[in-house]
Amino acid sequence: MADYHYTPVQDHGAKAGVLAYLVTAAAVLLLMMVFGLLMRLEQAQFISLGANWFYQLMTLHGAGMVGIAGIAGAAVMWHFLNHYVALSTRVLLANLGLFLIGVALVLGSVLIGNFHGAWTFLYPLPGNSMGLWSNEAAASFLAGMLVIGTGFLLLQLDIARAIIARYGSFARALGWPQLFGADDGNAPPPTVVASTMVTIVNLIALVVGASILAMMLVNLYFPEFKIDPLLAKGMIYFFGHVFINATIYMAVIAVYEILPRYTRRPWKSNRIFLASWSASTLMVMFIFPHHLLMDFGFPKWMLMVGHIIGYLNTFPILVVTGYGALTIVYRSGIHWDMSSKLLFLSMFGWAAGAMPAFIDGTIRVNYVMHNTLWVPGHFHTYLLLGMVSMVFGFMYYLGKKAQGAPDTPLDRAAYWGYLIGSLGFVLSFLYAGKESVARRYAEHLPQWVPYDRIGAFFATLIVASTLVFVLCFLRRLRHAGSNHTRATAPFSALAAA
Amino acid sequence: MLQHIVWYVSLSLMMVVGFGWTFVVLKSGTREEDYTPLQKRAYRLRARFFWLLVALFGTPMVYTLVDLPYDIIRPAQGAGTIQAVNATGYMWRWELSHDRVEAGRPVEFHVTSADVNHGFAIYDPDMKIVAQVQAMPGITNTLHHTFGQPGTYRVMCLEYCGLAHHNMTTEFTVAARS
Repeated sequence: MADYHYTPVQDHGAKAGVLAYLVTAAAVLLLMMVFGLLMRLEQAQFISLGANWFYQLMTLHGAGMVGIAGIAGAAVMWHFLNHYVALSTRVLLANLGLFLIGVALVLGSVLIGNFHGAWTFLYPLPGNSMGLWSNEAAASFLAGMLVIGTGFLLLQLDIARAIIARYGSFARALGWPQLFGADDGNAPPPTVVASTMVTIVNLIALVVGASILAMMLVNLYFPEFKIDPLLAKGMIYFFGHVFINATIYMAVIAVYEILPRYTRRPWKSNRIFLASWSASTLMVMFIFPHHLLMDFGFPKWMLMVGHIIGYLNTFPILVVTGYGALTIVYRSGIHWDMSSKLLFLSMFGWAAGAMPAFIDGTIRVNYVMHNTLWVPGHFHTYLLLGMVSMVFGFMYYLGKKAQGAPDTPLDRAAYWGYLIGSLGFVLSFLYAGKESVARRYAEHLPQWVPYDRIGAFFATLIVASTLVFVLCFLRRLRHAGSNHTRATAPFSALAAA
Repeated sequence: MLQHIVWYVSLSLMMVVGFGWTFVVLKSGTREEDYTPLQKRAYRLRARFFWLLVALFGTPMVYTLVDLPYDIIRPAQGAGTIQAVNATGYMWRWELSHDRVEAGRPVEFHVTSADVNHGFAIYDPDMKIVAQVQAMPGITNTLHHTFGQPGTYRVMCLEYCGLAHHNMTTEFTVAARS
């Protein structure tokens, strides 16, 4: 049986490689947010970029956000996992290097080559541009994505190596002996369980992603090498959906590690926790058909699996991780600072975002809401309020000079700006989705513009708040590498000490 | 309309989640030092929460699988002979074999694409989506729909297909049944 007494842990500073990831993530995230804001301003008719620029920005925003979510999530996972297993710093840096090379290829493709085939690069659009971009531009984009994916594959392989070296197998690292046998209370810690799950799903997804990218690159120059568009779409969505989902499962490690330090309560890998993560390993891989529900060419059973797993996937989020966060904070006397607030908010964002998500995965609902603004509405809820809040919570944590270091009024204002901005932003998306407003449109019908204007206002608030988060992180970067206790103890625990 | 139900249900569920988080924040100030009994109480409550969710989510999950758009024979179909319409997507226009169908009689849209992926979405006269399917090269998807109300319906592309994606639209008429 797991016991629920808290054992203090050493608070390690971040290694230079992790900080390089976080600085890159902060800069690119902010830039991609600005691109997103420009898109909303264009749809709101406040500016006039034109359709070509809009779709270029849309392509960069999508590809950039997915990539940078991966970088930020990997930073969180690597930082904490490195306390339990021996990871390679060289591989960590190699991934960042490959990521930057990939980014350069993608930027060149879009900004020089005018590629605007969206981050989903659905076959055969990249090779069929109506003369608007060249094969070379498309190849640069696909190659950039391939290089980025290869970097992440190397990172995941190193993590797999380190986990197996320490625990013997993925099954042991997922805590299966404790899940299916006697619970001796010695299951791997949540960080290891989560990292193992992420590694399993990402290894498969990245290989599938690399395969379709390679196939499409061949097709660009040898058109006689045909690809089944349905197969291509399935592979792209499998890769993309698993990868972006995995970023949340990486970043939530910050919650598992940091909230216990604030509450002085343990977050244990008990049987329910282990069962939930093993179930999530399967569900994250098989949920992707909920993006393909309107592709009637797929087998009906496969689409029904997407529908059913969409519902089931809410259980680990709500009943285990979300509920776990509520339990650990309830009557804990927690000291609320920027880090603890953002991490707790992130769990709300994840749980709340799962609601419109699973409903959209209902086949009959998808029939009238697929590819409307409802879709970015739900994924911005759990990515913006969820995943990104986890990352900024982690950044604020690392940047703390000492226990009890106070937040500035600007920090606190930015927190509320981010919270209100994100809520208003995602609700404007969701409401527009209810009104059947199409996503990925450079120009909106006149009756749709008011939603865009409301969305643009809240998006501005998000960008301004994020700018504060990023600047504060950069200003406090010098504290991020040192080993010192950061979390302020709960009041009564402090008195007892 | 389904979209309204979806909006209110989603908003309600998100608010319930929000209330849960707010409640815990409000209750976070005073520390209960011994975590083990609190944890046990929380686990007992979680078991109830789990079964509540099973009932709350399980029922619609199963119920909504009864009438799927993939099925050829659907309970909501109208009576009468089927009206077949071939729809082909091109960058960036739609080609329909007929631009007039009758309300109250089932329509079969045979949807495909001549080039890249498109999304064939039908908007009613109030500009709300009533049905959609993907248009994909080399594949013909059949969309079954029976229009209840006469009027001018619009087809819009809902799968990103390049520069003029947002302009890829056409119209057809749903006439009163003769």
